[in-house]
Amino acid sequence: MRDVAIVSVAQTDHRRAVPELNEVEMIQPVIQTVLEQIDAKISDIGFTCSGSSDYLAGQAFSFVMTLDAVGAWPPIVESHVEMDGAWALYEAWLKIQSGHADTALVYGYSKASPGDLPRVLSRQLDPYYYGPLWPDSVAMAGLQARAMLDKGMITEAEMAEIAHRSRTSAESNPHAQVKGSPSVDQLLAEDYLSNPLRKHDCAPVTDGGCAVVIAAGDRAREWADNPAWIRGIDHRVDSHNFGARDITRAPSAALAAEKAGVSDGQVDVAELCAPFTHQERILRNELGLGDDVEVNPSGGALAANPIMGAGLIRLGEVANRIMAGDAGRGVAHATSGHLLQQNLVAVLEGSS
Amino acid sequence: MSAERVAVVGIGQTKYAAVRGDVSLPGLLREAAYRALDDAHMTMDDIDAIVVGKAPDFFEGVMMPEPYLADALGAVGKPLFRVHTAGSVGGSTAIVAASHVESGVHERVLTIGWQQQSVSEAMWALSFPIPFQQQLVAGAGGYFAPFIREYIRRSGAPDDIGILVALKDRLNALKNPYAHLHEPEISYDSIKESFMLWEPIRYSETCPSSDGAFAMVLAGEKAAEASAAASGVNPAWIRGTAMRSEPATASGRDQISPKAGQDCAADVYAQAGITDPVADIDMVEMYVPFSWYEPMWLENLGFAPEGEGWKMTESGRTRRDGDLPVNCSGGVLSTNPIGASGMIRFGEAAMQVRGQAGDHQIDGARTALGHAYGGAAQFFAMWVVSSEKP
Repeated sequence: MRDVAIVSVAQTDHRRAVPELNEVEMIQPVIQTVLEQIDAKISDIGFTCSGSSDYLAGQAFSFVMTLDAVGAWPPIVESHVEMDGAWALYEAWLKIQSGHADTALVYGYSKASPGDLPRVLSRQLDPYYYGPLWPDSVAMAGLQARAMLDKGMITEAEMAEIAHRSRTSAESNPHAQVKGSPSVDQLLAEDYLSNPLRKHDCAPVTDGGCAVVIAAGDRAREWADNPAWIRGIDHRVDSHNFGARDITRAPSAALAAEKAGVSDGQVDVAELCAPFTHQERILRNELGLGDDVEVNPSGGALAANPIMGAGLIRLGEVANRIMAGDAGRGVAHATSGHLLQQNLVAVLEGSS
Repeated sequence: MSAERVAVVGIGQTKYAAVRGDVSLPGLLREAAYRALDDAHMTMDDIDAIVVGKAPDFFEGVMMPEPYLADALGAVGKPLFRVHTAGSVGGSTAIVAASHVESGVHERVLTIGWQQQSVSEAMWALSFPIPFQQQLVAGAGGYFAPFIREYIRRSGAPDDIGILVALKDRLNALKNPYAHLHEPEISYDSIKESFMLWEPIRYSETCPSSDGAFAMVLAGEKAAEASAAASGVNPAWIRGTAMRSEPATASGRDQISPKAGQDCAADVYAQAGITDPVADIDMVEMYVPFSWYEPMWLENLGFAPEGEGWKMTESGRTRRDGDLPVNCSGGVLSTNPIGASGMIRFGEAAMQVRGQAGDHQIDGARTALGHAYGGAAQFFAMWVVSSEKP
């Protein structure tokens, strides 16, 4: 295996809606920043890979136009995944491992604001049985939270505490969309949005994106004083038959964590992509993170959730803490599908 | 860095048709996947990772369908990866699957490309107006016709070259039992008399809209040799893979012979040690959705000098008895489930060097090129496969 590290991270200032910009205009400054931070040009990049969704853009082949944001002239070596940008990073990591490139630009983005996001996400369900019922993503997550409450895995107060902690942490995140929180008691006095979920239990709807540069060996050391080395990265998927499995578990997250080597050392920080409060508890369980591990100091997906970029942001947030010397070893997680069905886990480490 | 050697050891495809109403979406994929696994003498348990690709999700009306398909593809508990790079996606998906093995991370990978186009109307799915963006107008044919007219103007090609390509590919399809269109009565005159869709593209010079899936099993050196020993079929060794992209609009861009295509070909030839493409390559599976793209890509890929691709077509050199057979399977002109079309090109090239192409086999094919393109002729994916290990 080659040593590959994250050396630069940039993201939008996330907002509920960015109606004045199209996707190219929204992501272009982020790509420019991620390269400028390391004095690089697109010609210094060996491979480019992005993650986005046609369903969110409301257009077939929507990713084609964002090539304009990269400045792909002369032609570049480039690919795209219809997945979160974290998986685009996985493809780039494979490309570097195979020796076809030494450097890669990765980005993920979406504008969720033009549609009714929970209903749009229902189109990701099996089209023959679940899909025709139009269960929205919040209702689906509500079933999962209810199952956890019934099993005694979490309480509504603990869910509110997760929301309160995340959004309080987000106060120090300049990119966050939802910062600060009423007290836990005030949160619990609110009405249900989709019983047992209240508004604070759900991630906001966000327009935004993220870009990351990764590089191998000496090139990484040239571009960053303290690169965030990718020591392990793995992704797995669980069954889509939600009625036939225990939805309070995410075995694919546990397996990805094991393969990525999460338990091989101390975890100073973890950024988990949990768009609903109760899902943070599932992920802590599956990743084997103790109560002493600091989770989502950025505020996590509960503070900003640009779908298709939210997982890549988790990698970026951990990398930034390592590059700044605030953490030695951290864990980043990304998810796809409903109820944490598909999960990616990476372990990042500083040099020392 | 030297990458792990990778070979194609299993190939399976569905029967293609305008409507495959006899199977569900997962059923369609499993039809191809099981055939590829059988060919590789493997079962789903032997597979380490699954890499899937398809064109727009709007075509089937399922957003990011891979989590839904996890169970049907035997992917539960495994990595499942989804690629989307426009029309080139089938080729790109095969390359990403190869990357999974070349990197040394995985040993045996199942890759599948598909489209179920009967569920929607591809032409109009590609034509709705979007704020701030150039509108495609009347589907892909309406977009590409002006480029073809410009090619004819520049090259001075006779106006029936497209008819010759369509006739060749549709006759080739008669030897491919999986092809969507089987038109035994087709003739030069019947193509010429078919109605004009987008000048100069006639109805019989354009690709159909198909349902179907194509699957391959890719394996690292050791696993490939074990599979070949079990199946008795020679692996198709991947000698080079390349991808290139350029923006839809850039000043200096030539849509007729895009630089991204030229660069991609140069890259894949260099990896495969090809210096004289016509002499070194035994057959080509080329992405030709509209007949005139055969002469255009012959030039873009370096098989003919600029402006002379049509002469290769006209003289019959790209027929199955010519010195550079192109699209012996019948090509995209005979079968077009968009998300699979690129993978069919890559896979048919592999079938040829494995000697398993049946009635459309080119005797003695040892080295073959698979080619795919997408978007506004701006995304390219290519691989060279060979019966000889690199």
